[in-house]
Amino acid sequence: MKLALKDLLRLATIGSVDDGKSTLIGRLLVDTRQLFDDQLDAVVAASEKRGVGDLDLSFVTDGLRAEREQGITIDVAYRYASTPTRKFIIADCPGHVQYTRNMATGASTADLALVVLDVAHGLKEQTRRHLCIAALLGVHNLIVAVNKLDEAKWSQTAFQGVVDELETIARELGFASMTIIPISALLGDNVVEPSANTPWYDGPTVIEALEESDAGTWTRTGHGARLPIQWVLRQPGGGRTYAGMVNGDSFRPGDVVTLLPANIKTAITAIHSGVKGRAEAGAGLSVDVKLADETDAGRGDMLASEPLPTVTNEFVATICWFGEKPLVAGQRLRLKHTTKVTPVRVNTIDGVVDIGTLKVDAGRQLATNEIGLATLRTADPLVVDDYGDNRVTGSFVLIDEVTNATVAAGMIGRATFL
Amino acid sequence: MTTTPLRLPRTADHLDLLESHAIFILREVVAECERPVLLFSGGKDSAVLLHLAAKAFAPQLLPFPIMHIDTGQNFPEVLKYRDKVAKDVGARLIVAKVQDSIDQGKVADPGPMGSRNRLQTVTLLDAITDNGFDAAFGGARRDEDKARAKERILSFRDAFGQWDPRQQRPELWQLYQGKVNPGEHLRAFPLSDWTELDIWQYIERENMSLPEIYFAHEREVVLRDNMWLAVGPFVEPREGEVVERRVVRFRTVGDANCTGAVDSTADTLAAIIDEIAIANVSERGATRADDRFSETAMEDRKREGYF
Repeated sequence: MKLALKDLLRLATIGSVDDGKSTLIGRLLVDTRQLFDDQLDAVVAASEKRGVGDLDLSFVTDGLRAEREQGITIDVAYRYASTPTRKFIIADCPGHVQYTRNMATGASTADLALVVLDVAHGLKEQTRRHLCIAALLGVHNLIVAVNKLDEAKWSQTAFQGVVDELETIARELGFASMTIIPISALLGDNVVEPSANTPWYDGPTVIEALEESDAGTWTRTGHGARLPIQWVLRQPGGGRTYAGMVNGDSFRPGDVVTLLPANIKTAITAIHSGVKGRAEAGAGLSVDVKLADETDAGRGDMLASEPLPTVTNEFVATICWFGEKPLVAGQRLRLKHTTKVTPVRVNTIDGVVDIGTLKVDAGRQLATNEIGLATLRTADPLVVDDYGDNRVTGSFVLIDEVTNATVAAGMIGRATFL
Repeated sequence: MTTTPLRLPRTADHLDLLESHAIFILREVVAECERPVLLFSGGKDSAVLLHLAAKAFAPQLLPFPIMHIDTGQNFPEVLKYRDKVAKDVGARLIVAKVQDSIDQGKVADPGPMGSRNRLQTVTLLDAITDNGFDAAFGGARRDEDKARAKERILSFRDAFGQWDPRQQRPELWQLYQGKVNPGEHLRAFPLSDWTELDIWQYIERENMSLPEIYFAHEREVVLRDNMWLAVGPFVEPREGEVVERRVVRFRTVGDANCTGAVDSTADTLAAIIDEIAIANVSERGATRADDRFSETAMEDRKREGYF
C-alpha cells in the first residue's frame, strides 16, 4: 500500500465555555477513527471515575489534571487528524476569558476557524470576542457548528435565528467564507455522519466542510516574496548562503531581490533545501539561497521581491495585551519581529477596542486581555508589511525585559473593521 | 482589505512542510540561545531530529553537542546505533549516566531489575545544569500523549527544571522566543506536529537507518502486563512466566525492562508503514509500561522535569 501524500490544513476551534468545543473535537476524532483503542479506553475510564457517564468526549482533548477536575479547557491542545487527501492540525482553544492569550496562540497559525456555539444561547460575549480576535489575526474562513440541536428538538427556526446573528457579525468582521452547520456533537449528527434529524439542511457535514475548504495559506499572494534571514551558512570554497523560511510569494533562481534594510539590489542565483536544488521556493519552505553579489547580510536582515516592504522604526500596530499590569505610554519592552529582536518604546496608546461594538474608544492604557491601537518606536529599523498583506512580516511579539515572558501579540497596521 | 486567500501551487506536500517547520525551529533556537544540546536516545524520533539538525546546518557541523541520558538498561543494538550515528554526523556525544546519579547517592538504586525510568529526570537536570545548557532539543511529539498535546514547541522550565502547564508562554505565529534567565532553560520540540505515521513516512523518504530492533526479528520474550518483554540482562522470567520465541518488533525504544515488543512480521520500512496505518493501539499504549502508572503519568513526570 503506497500512502498518498497530503496537503496540510491548520485550524483553531473557538467558542464559549460549555458550548461543546472539546466534545466536537472528541467526536470528530472518534468518528474518523483517529483515536486508538487504548486512548478511547482511557477516556471511558476517566469519565467513569469523575461520574460523568459512559464517555465524556471532552476528555479526549482536556488532558491536564486540572482541566479534568474543573471540566474546562485551560490551554490549547493540539490534535491531528487525517483523511486520504489532507492532514489536519487542530488547535483546540480554551473559552475562558482569562485564557484569551492561549486562544490567540491557537488562532495565530490557523488557516481556518472551527466555531462552536450552543443553538439555545446563540452568539455569547466570549464567542464574539474570539471571532474578533480570529478576524484580527487574519483567520478569514469559518466553519460554524451550531451545537446541541438535539436539545432544541432539531428546530430549524432556532437554527435560523443563530444563522442571522452570525451573518451580521461575519459582515462586520469581513470574513471571506462561512459555512454554518446544525449539529449535535454529543450524538454525532452532521459531524461525520449526515443527520436524519435535520431534513431541512442539505449542506455538508463538518468533516466534509473541512475537507472541501480552500482556506490554506498564511499570506495573500501578489504582495511580494520575503525571506527573513535566520542563519548564514558558510559553503566550502568560501561562499555563503542565506537560510530562512520563505513567506508571501515564491522565489525562483534568477529573481531580482533587495536586501533590507541595507537596500542593496542583487539576484538569487540558486535555491537549495540542504543538498537538494529547487526551481521554486514557496511559502512555508525552509531554504538557503545564494546571491549574485557579495553582501554582509546576516540574521535579522530580509531578502524581498517587489512590491517591497517598508523600512521603519515607528509604526501604528494593533496589540493584544496579555501582561498582568496595564500597558501604558512610555513603557519599554523588547520586540521580536521575524528574526530580529530590538528594544521598543510605547510612544502612545491610541485607542482601546470595544469588542461588543467594535468601536475604538479613547483610552490611555491596555488592561490584561484588552486589544487596542498603539504607536511604537523601535531602536533598530524593522522591515515590515501590513499584517493584512503578510502574516509573517506583519506580526511581532512584545517581551518583558526582566522575566522574558511574552506579554503581547502585535500586528502592523490597523484592521479595516476597526 | 478583505482577502480571499489563495491556495498555493502544490510544490510541497505535508512532509516538506513538517520538515521545513522543524528546521526553522532548530535554527531559531540555535540563534537565540547560548548553549543548546540535542537529547538523543537512538530511538526513531530522536534519529529524525538529528537528521533534521544535520540538514539545518549543512555543510557545517552541528553547532551543538548531542546528549544521551543512559539508564544502563538499554538494548545493545540501540547503543551501537547511537555511537555509529554520532560518528557519521560528526557530533560530539555526551553520555550522562543514571548509574553515576545512583553512585553519588542522589537517587535510590531500584536494583538490577527495577525501573530507572523516573530516575532519568535527576540525571537529565543535573547534566543540563553541569554543562550550562539553556536549551535542550527533544524528539517528543504531541500525538504521543495528552499532556504532550498541551505543551508549547518551546517549553519554558524554571530553575528546578519544572514545567508549569498553567503558565506557559503564549507562542504566536512562528515567533519562537528563547531567552531565559540564568539557571532556567527551554525544551524545544521541533517534531511537535508530527505523528507516528509522518515519522515513518519521512524515514522511508530520507532512506534513514534505524536500530535493528524496530524491524521484525525472532527473540525470546515473556508476557508481562500484557506486553512481550525481551528476555535479557534486565528482564528475567518470573515464576509462572513462560519464555517463548516469537517474531516481534519494537514500536518505541526505551529501557529494556519497560518497553514491550509487538507481534509483527514487518521487516521493511514499507511493511512498517502499512502496519502503522491500520494499527488499533497507540505506540505508547502498546509498548510502554512507564505510562501506565496513572491517568496523568506523563503530566506528572513532565512537571518534575522529564523529557
